[in-house]
Amino acid sequence: MSDPIPYARPLPGTQPPLDSPAYGSTRTRAPLLPPIRAPHTLTEATSPRFSPAHYPAHADMSVVDGHAAMGERIIVAGRVLDEAGRPVAGSMVEVWQANSAGRYHHVRDQHDAPLDPHFEGRARVFTDAEGRYAFTTIRPGAYPWRNHANAWRPVHIHFGLFGASFAQRMITQMYFPGDPLLPLDPIFNCTADGAARQRLVAAFDLDVTKPEWALGYRFDITLRGPAATPFEEEEHA
Amino acid sequence: MATPHQTAGPYWHLIDFPDWADVLREDGPNAGAAGERITITGTITDGDGALVTDAMVEIWHADPDGRYDAAFQGFGRCATDAEGRFRFTTLKPGPVPGRGNTLQAPHVQIAIFARGLLSHVTTRLYFSGEALNESDPLLNLVPAARRSTLIAAPVGPGTWQLDLRLRGGAETVFLDI
Repeated sequence: MSDPIPYARPLPGTQPPLDSPAYGSTRTRAPLLPPIRAPHTLTEATSPRFSPAHYPAHADMSVVDGHAAMGERIIVAGRVLDEAGRPVAGSMVEVWQANSAGRYHHVRDQHDAPLDPHFEGRARVFTDAEGRYAFTTIRPGAYPWRNHANAWRPVHIHFGLFGASFAQRMITQMYFPGDPLLPLDPIFNCTADGAARQRLVAAFDLDVTKPEWALGYRFDITLRGPAATPFEEEEHA
Repeated sequence: MATPHQTAGPYWHLIDFPDWADVLREDGPNAGAAGERITITGTITDGDGALVTDAMVEIWHADPDGRYDAAFQGFGRCATDAEGRFRFTTLKPGPVPGRGNTLQAPHVQIAIFARGLLSHVTTRLYFSGEALNESDPLLNLVPAARRSTLIAAPVGPGTWQLDLRLRGGAETVFLDI
């Protein structure tokens, strides 16, 4: 059997380091020792293929039991590509978020903000052949956290991606353009490279916006692509 | 350039589906799959030795013949509980081809997502007593003194335990994949 093509490693500064003390929880949870660089085998180069038959799609978070959630309805759409520009097709995308008041439908979230009985805040969609996905939701609210004095998370939506291999597995967060909390947020700013950080910020898009219905935001996601040459990675294998 | 990872945070349970911890569940993609049924369990602790009770653990592994194909999806997800414990039910994987005509010992890829982890960390679980462990290409990249952090111990019939330490102490060997 031929060896799988290795995936590229990130350029310096384009991913957040685990050891990022400005984000307080890393101080007890980030490993101290460097990871062992593992050659990419079938285990890393394959991924579960989620069938909607067993993992039903749910693309509208803005309505529960026929009742509209409180808040500003929005549409989020984009494409999932790899670094070589190839669409990641037929891939499951998981989404979760706080409600419009900035509170999660979660037992451990005790923020003094109202829960909305008509908002759960989770969705599951699948990319099409061109890597496109879309869902409808309400714009989440900002919420306080205890990382430092008067700390507030910028408005964000969590995304989980599987791609075509376990090496591409990624959880990330989508932020909103112009959010004044972004320059203050340790989680957003742990990624040193400014251009990489901007990839986390969605763009308002009139083409995604539906007249008389909802504003639209575009959030394209890039997963790791193949290494430039197999030899680049073999040297480390 | 790829999109940066961001932490799953403390509220990822909105995408927790507890039955996913049973890879063989009756209404799942592997219902009726044949092989040696096993339980994989363990706890996760942090740099202070405290239990990590809000982690999301995912597994990915080959089928009993060592294949990754559409017929068997060796994928599971489990939340750590109030004792920091995860528990999966699945089939024991077979040896998997490695790079360059090598053979890898049976193993399970483990990914941990949690508050305080800006990107997930990856490790592997191997099975104590497997003859192929001695020649496994990845285990041989790990300093001998740390290999035990990757090798699960049998603790009951069909039950394998591997405790994971995120930081400090007998820190688990994590992999840059």
